[in-house]
Amino acid sequence: MKFNKTIVVLAISAMMLTACSDDKDESLTDGSQNSASGLNDASTSGLNGGAGVNGSALGGGYGSNGAGGLGPEFSDPNNPLSKQTIYFMLDSSQVQEDFVPVIAAHAQYLGAHPAQHVVLEGHGDERGSREYNIALGEQRAKSVANLLKSQGASDAQLEIVSYGEEKPAAAGHDESAFQLNRRVEVVYQGQ
Amino acid sequence: MSLYSANSSAELNIEITEGIESALPVSVVPFAMQGAAGVPVDVSFVVNSDLGRSGYFKMLDRQNMPGKPSTAEAINFKDWQAINQNYMVIGQVTESGGQYNVQFQLFDVYKGTQLLGYRMNSSAEDLRRTAHHISDLIFEKLTGKKGVFSGRISYITTSKQGKQSTHRLQVADADGFNAQTIASSIEPLMSPAWSPDGRKLAYVSFEKKNAAIYIQTLATGERQRVAEFRGINGAPSWSPDGSKLAVTLSKDGSPDIYVLNLATRSLVKLTKSFAIDTEPTWSPDGGSIVFTSDRGGKPQLYIVPSQGGEEKRLTFTGSYNARASFSPDGKNIAMVHSSGGDYRIAIMDMATRSINVLTSGPSDESPSFAPNGSLILYASKKGGTGYLSAVSIDGKMQQKLVFDSSEVREPAWAP
Repeated sequence: MKFNKTIVVLAISAMMLTACSDDKDESLTDGSQNSASGLNDASTSGLNGGAGVNGSALGGGYGSNGAGGLGPEFSDPNNPLSKQTIYFMLDSSQVQEDFVPVIAAHAQYLGAHPAQHVVLEGHGDERGSREYNIALGEQRAKSVANLLKSQGASDAQLEIVSYGEEKPAAAGHDESAFQLNRRVEVVYQGQ
Repeated sequence: MSLYSANSSAELNIEITEGIESALPVSVVPFAMQGAAGVPVDVSFVVNSDLGRSGYFKMLDRQNMPGKPSTAEAINFKDWQAINQNYMVIGQVTESGGQYNVQFQLFDVYKGTQLLGYRMNSSAEDLRRTAHHISDLIFEKLTGKKGVFSGRISYITTSKQGKQSTHRLQVADADGFNAQTIASSIEPLMSPAWSPDGRKLAYVSFEKKNAAIYIQTLATGERQRVAEFRGINGAPSWSPDGSKLAVTLSKDGSPDIYVLNLATRSLVKLTKSFAIDTEPTWSPDGGSIVFTSDRGGKPQLYIVPSQGGEEKRLTFTGSYNARASFSPDGKNIAMVHSSGGDYRIAIMDMATRSINVLTSGPSDESPSFAPNGSLILYASKKGGTGYLSAVSIDGKMQQKLVFDSSEVREPAWAP
């Protein structure tokens, strides 16, 4: 006999439980979070101050440098530079034909603007295991990096980070969302 | 602590989605309460919930009980035999000066004999723990298996407010209560792994935009950054003696498995393929490491001696086998398995190499064995919600823990 039955419905509040713990009991208590505006905000419980791991001091990331924004070609839909996301097939890090001209345009731009840096963010869809998807996202970003380098960009202009399935672009759980999530984003510094 | 908005409180539902046919009828009679200060926790309710959630027992609703005895003398066994109860639990909680004395007895209803009886002291804060301990004792007496009700689990949640996500690494009791956030970040947190002594968690954080591996001591909240190389720093797995971490690094090109000595910080490269090698997991005897590799074209599991040596392929069934996790006795490994389409949790017998698929998908991941080896906790997604599930290693029992207000994933059972 199979039985379907809700055994118990309980409400818990992590906030109340943690807020109740007193200072003596450091076990598993919450730290406070820094201002939510920081790019790289993180906090840990009971962390001894000054260890250099509270991330809001790390503002030199990518995306906050408003000076010298990108030229109008990046917002012209007829210009391949306006495309900054490269999509991939399932479990593949091979660049598809459609995106070769897009990558070529970025390579050319980077070749002509040697001071410009980009971060290639590799991503995957949610299927399969999470760390494997991190590896797959990195392979995708490396495929794009290799094409960029072979066409004018220099190694020093490129940084790679893989987020795997941790930062989906589309929230759905079907193939249309998965297609949008298997991607590499070309993120210009200052963008 | 203005950190949390109201929606960070989690509403937890636990459902038995599939139980065994031979579930034993058990009554946990509400315990008698004595004392001026009152009892903050309904101990018998917690015991009833634990036993019911295990799937091994069919619990009798309180309103259907023929009486509420709290002493052996007060039990009329015939009444309980008449409603087909096999076992019953009675007890008393006595408060005195803020301290609690909890006593309980387990009876065989047909024989009218006591199987178990304990008396234990508890502070108010520890009453839930005491209740879980009682559940463990009863469970072990009736099934012969160690209970896991007093254990702890860790997992990662994500909640969204507008465009910003907050990721939290949390530790909770095995029933989801007492959830405490031990790290939070607006960038992803991943891959929590308990140290063998249960005192530390290793995990991956993207708080500095690039991935780094941290080890955090639970009691103090102190943490160390132990890997922060160029590229991937991921998938930490503790050696059984707690002295080393197997990790995935891509600093030299493709992702490979490394062993990091935590005392000396020396690093030994274990795999050298040009393909993806990741998700190492240490065998309980310390002798080998199982990992995922796509060197054959698709992700499959491989095994290598933990000192280095020949790498052998382990899995040949299905198109996708990844994220291995050893059972505590080392005889089985759980994994994410696909033969095209759905991703399910499967278990492999290390002696025969046969694979048994335990769950129905479509998107199951991150299997973790309970310390008694009888259950596997894993993460599921269905209809857009992420939740945790547990399945018995024979696949016959399933339970579901649903967190309504945030996505929950990557469960890990504390050793």
